Amino acid sequence: MTAKDEVLTSSAYIQHHLTNAKMCTVDGNIAFNHACADAGFWTWHIDSLLFSVGLGVLFLFVFYKVGQKATTGVPGKLQCAVEMMIEFVDTSVKDTFHGRSQVIAPLALTIFVWIFLMNAMDLIPVDFIPEAAKQLLGVPYLKVVPTTDLNITFGLSLSVFFLIVFYSIKIKGVSGFVKELTLQPFNHWVFIPVNFLLETISLIAKPISLSLRLFGNLYAGELIFILIALMPWWTQAALSVPWAIFHILIITLQAFIFMMLTIVYLSMAHEDH
Amino acid sequence: MNINATLLGQAFAFAFFVWFCMKFVWPPLITAIEERQKKILDGLTQAERAGKDLQLAQAKASEQLKEAKVQAADIVEQANKRGAQIVEEAKVEGETERSKIITQGEAEVEAERNRAREELRQQVAILAIAGAEKIIKRSIDKDANSDIIDKLVTQL
Repeated sequence: MTAKDEVLTSSAYIQHHLTNAKMCTVDGNIAFNHACADAGFWTWHIDSLLFSVGLGVLFLFVFYKVGQKATTGVPGKLQCAVEMMIEFVDTSVKDTFHGRSQVIAPLALTIFVWIFLMNAMDLIPVDFIPEAAKQLLGVPYLKVVPTTDLNITFGLSLSVFFLIVFYSIKIKGVSGFVKELTLQPFNHWVFIPVNFLLETISLIAKPISLSLRLFGNLYAGELIFILIALMPWWTQAALSVPWAIFHILIITLQAFIFMMLTIVYLSMAHEDH
Repeated sequence: MNINATLLGQAFAFAFFVWFCMKFVWPPLITAIEERQKKILDGLTQAERAGKDLQLAQAKASEQLKEAKVQAADIVEQANKRGAQIVEEAKVEGETERSKIITQGEAEVEAERNRAREELRQQVAILAIAGAEKIIKRSIDKDANSDIIDKLVTQL
């Protein structure tokens, strides 16, 4: 932002960058952004959804194409890259998860690549896409990093949470799951309420920590990029380049942690005590 | 930052993506990888076996080479012996041939000499007779001998 835009104060600039494009229905009509202030739960962050679904489709499209043309002979470069990811995820899953499940490895792959791609949107300079959308399409608000939206991270972690509960019940049965919640860590009937409290908290903490960790890291990173963008132009490159390089680590690490913890939680759900 | 319906949208998208990945993305790729791993493993075992075979073949070849060398040395030795023998034989044969030729030559020379001597003797006889004839012709006149001649004629 330049000093010419005097209407735009720093806080307004930051605020603007942290606001999602919203869509909702008001009185049966589709409304956007400010009109949705009172829409409550049934508001859609269309920018987050657009970018997250778009990136997911991109990921699946590329991997699907490679999978269709996959050769067992000498692979091409793209196939090599894709196979490296598959191999990496497969190794991680096999190291941690000892049961047999058709779901967990593809799930881990989807989580890792998808979250990585969503995080990687953070590396695009903060004003590029929002400004382009504003100038070309007249979109007033646009947030391009889906993982800086709590709804996206909770959407992922709650899905994982439901899988944890689903597999716990599937493997151990309802009674087994209830026993796990009530008879641990103190195996005595007196402690049932205490156990239940502890176990429930630890169970619920899983999705919350999963989503808040991802959200917090990416939100903070994005915020720092926005703050750097507020600096005089000649300092921006000096600051944002090192931060972006460091951010590459965070992006990959957060995607990896999310994947790894999902595998760990699901393997815990598969274990019979 | 409030929770809203985006969460549901994301959860649905997530479920769909995982399902799609499980159905269409993961199986072909992991199959390809595992098949290639198997291929590579097969290739490696084959290579190892081939290496062992090669080692064995090399050992065999060197053994055969050694054997062949020994055989060759034997043959050479035999050949040398045989050669020496042949030379010896040839020498002996040559020796006998030579002595034979020499004796033959000597005999021939002897025969020639005898013949020459014989011839010489005849000639000498002829010469003696001729000489004697001449001498006799001169010293004896026909009258003195006419009685012998007459006698001879009467005897005829």
